[in-house]
Amino acid sequence: MGLRSRLGRARDAWADRMAVVRAAEVVDDASWEDLSDALLLADVGVATADELVAEVRRRVGRDGLPDGERAGDGVLEVLKEVLVERLGGVDRSLALGGSPSVWLFVGVNGVGKTTTIGKLARREADAGRSLVLGAGDTFRAAAADQLAMWADRADVPIVRGAEGADPSSVVFDAVEHAAARGADLVLADTAGRVHTRSNLMDELAKVRRVAEKGAGTVTETLLVVDATTGQNGLVQARQFAEAAEVTGIVLTKLDGSARGGIVVAVQDDLGIPVKLVGVGEGVDDLVEFDPADFVDALFAADVAA
Amino acid sequence: MFEGLSSRFEGILKRVRGKGRLSEQDVEEFLAELRVALLEADVHLSVVRSFRDRVRERAVGVEVSGALNPGQQVVKIVLDELTGVLGGETHRLTFAARPPTVILLAGLQGSGKTTTAAKLARLLKAQGRNPLLVGADLQRPAAVEQLRTLGGRIDVPVFSEATDPVEVARAGLAEARRLGRDVVVCDTAGRLAIDDDLMAEVAEVSAVLEPDHTFLVVDAMTGQDAVNVAEAFHARLELDAVVLTKLDGDARGGAALSVREVVGRPIAYASTGEGLEDFDVFHPDRLASRILGMGDVETLIEKAEETFEQEKAEAAAARLMEGTFTLDDFLEQLKALRKMGPISNIMGMVPGMAQQMKDVDTEVDERRIDRIEGIINSMTPAERADPDVIDGSRRSRIAAGSGTQPGEINQLVRQFREMRKMMKQMGRGPGRKAAKARGGKKGRKGRGGRTTDGGPVLVDKKKGLSLPGLGDLPAGLGGPGGGLSAD
Repeated sequence: MGLRSRLGRARDAWADRMAVVRAAEVVDDASWEDLSDALLLADVGVATADELVAEVRRRVGRDGLPDGERAGDGVLEVLKEVLVERLGGVDRSLALGGSPSVWLFVGVNGVGKTTTIGKLARREADAGRSLVLGAGDTFRAAAADQLAMWADRADVPIVRGAEGADPSSVVFDAVEHAAARGADLVLADTAGRVHTRSNLMDELAKVRRVAEKGAGTVTETLLVVDATTGQNGLVQARQFAEAAEVTGIVLTKLDGSARGGIVVAVQDDLGIPVKLVGVGEGVDDLVEFDPADFVDALFAADVAA
Repeated sequence: MFEGLSSRFEGILKRVRGKGRLSEQDVEEFLAELRVALLEADVHLSVVRSFRDRVRERAVGVEVSGALNPGQQVVKIVLDELTGVLGGETHRLTFAARPPTVILLAGLQGSGKTTTAAKLARLLKAQGRNPLLVGADLQRPAAVEQLRTLGGRIDVPVFSEATDPVEVARAGLAEARRLGRDVVVCDTAGRLAIDDDLMAEVAEVSAVLEPDHTFLVVDAMTGQDAVNVAEAFHARLELDAVVLTKLDGDARGGAALSVREVVGRPIAYASTGEGLEDFDVFHPDRLASRILGMGDVETLIEKAEETFEQEKAEAAAARLMEGTFTLDDFLEQLKALRKMGPISNIMGMVPGMAQQMKDVDTEVDERRIDRIEGIINSMTPAERADPDVIDGSRRSRIAAGSGTQPGEINQLVRQFREMRKMMKQMGRGPGRKAAKARGGKKGRKGRGGRTTDGGPVLVDKKKGLSLPGLGDLPAGLGGPGGGLSAD
């Protein structure tokens, strides 16, 4: 089952453009422009879209179109191939190996960090790992409450501090707590922050350092990115990568009409792979990122279900 | 990425500076850059298209006029159009004749509705209203909890109950009436996707509340999808305006531009920081330059417009070349020069001049210019046109009229004559060719006021005379050692 088919979605400008791309009987300049437009509407960004189209053109020029397909569909096939190649070939597993291992979740406000941790907590607990949640978002009102609800659902312990407490100390306590209980894994939340505020980014760097002060080892720093994010996503990723050594992306909210094309640019530009994708509100709707699935979803042309 | 258009515009300006007219190809190159800039700012593709078409229509064939060269004019066209697209004037919140005024907030999850509700309530409270926050987001764990915490911080009551959103809305309205609160701000649930369930729920809440204003909350970092979201909400709720959140990062907020253009609703408020007070009425013109990242370019245009009319100055300079420059022209130049600021500042812009200026008492210089103005103002038109007619009795009259000594008038007239003679020579002398070449290629007039290089005098037959950094002015005014030296 593809990512897209899990939820119905509104018909949008993107679908219209894709329909035009597919319908093309011959490949001409207009086709390339349509293809470029479709990529732009998926938030891939101008530079990446230009590169992708150039590569597809090169291949079509060299090898011709795939046999037996309408020109438009053929072009699309080549594009998918190019995309899967670009996105593929990287390790997407979530690293363990500390005692405990710490997975740190970072990102701007409202992208779904807390929810992602909640879902992942459930998944890891189901997989038999013992874990502790660290409510490091001490800034947002009730963020800890929200995480506590998830902890409750997944039946895992949570360490939280007072509102406004130092996030590093909360994460440190969570790691200590986990170490004392012999837990495998700490999932640590952090406050959403604007990536251009250097003091907040410094704080994040500190959280990361402090998390390793005791027994813990930060084996993953996951940047949570919302699928509706536009070109700013690339800047975000760059800033967070600088502050916290980001090891992977979690792409959330891919169940809307948003395409999440920005992650193509992020992986292309920064080499940070997407590791997980959130495709729905359910606790099971956080899945491993699969390039082929993602690319299919990116081009799923129309209303499903 | 995100370096904005400023540097690109500069490139364009460089290319078109020497031209009197923008060719179609110039404009197309420019439009291609504009397209990239807008797309990088997350403006929707369809909006980019229509925007580009409008700019193209206005920009092709633009000619030099007034103080702006073609490149600057195109930049101005873009700014004009952009501000127009964003909804020229600032949105004003109206209040119901019979309170409470009801404001409904809708939007996707994570767009910042709950925080916006509190920020809006805070703003209203600061304006002397008595808002009530209603938490009808019963979906997200702890959303109501969050609203209560925020409400506590700003000392605004929060109403919610664990029933269903429609019931909360109904009861919230009753509570507002009971407490005599005059504004109700209602937070609603956002879902991950635009789906029918969500829309039906929000529509039901809306039906119960009969809001005076329905605001769509949009994250400034949203990409191309913003338009779909806005259209979907607008179809069900009839939006009145948009609230733009998270405009505090480096997100360009192009999404907002698209929503305004596609849905036709203005941006009412923008949130520019994490603090509850970082929220205010939205001013469209400010986002325009943010989207293009062109604060510099805007300043540049302002400067060009502020300073004197280029053509006038150039005409005077041309007369100067021909030796028909009059004291009237001289006075005009003096005034224009002074409009640009204190003499010392202007001199400081001229390379090599700043150093020399250190040794000059600029205040004396300013006073001396005052006196020169006074002298010329005391002359008759005939005297200004031809100072040679000034004899002893005229000199006495002018001196009396301007409160100066006859000797000063002599000095001015003598310097003026020398200057005119010198300029006349320069106008046809051997130095002209070299100067012209520089004027055509490297003259930095296009940058208005920010000139930094070039020789002391650039001469071009059409453009006349210009001194870098000073606009156009007679060489004699150049500063220390020139006609205006303080000694």
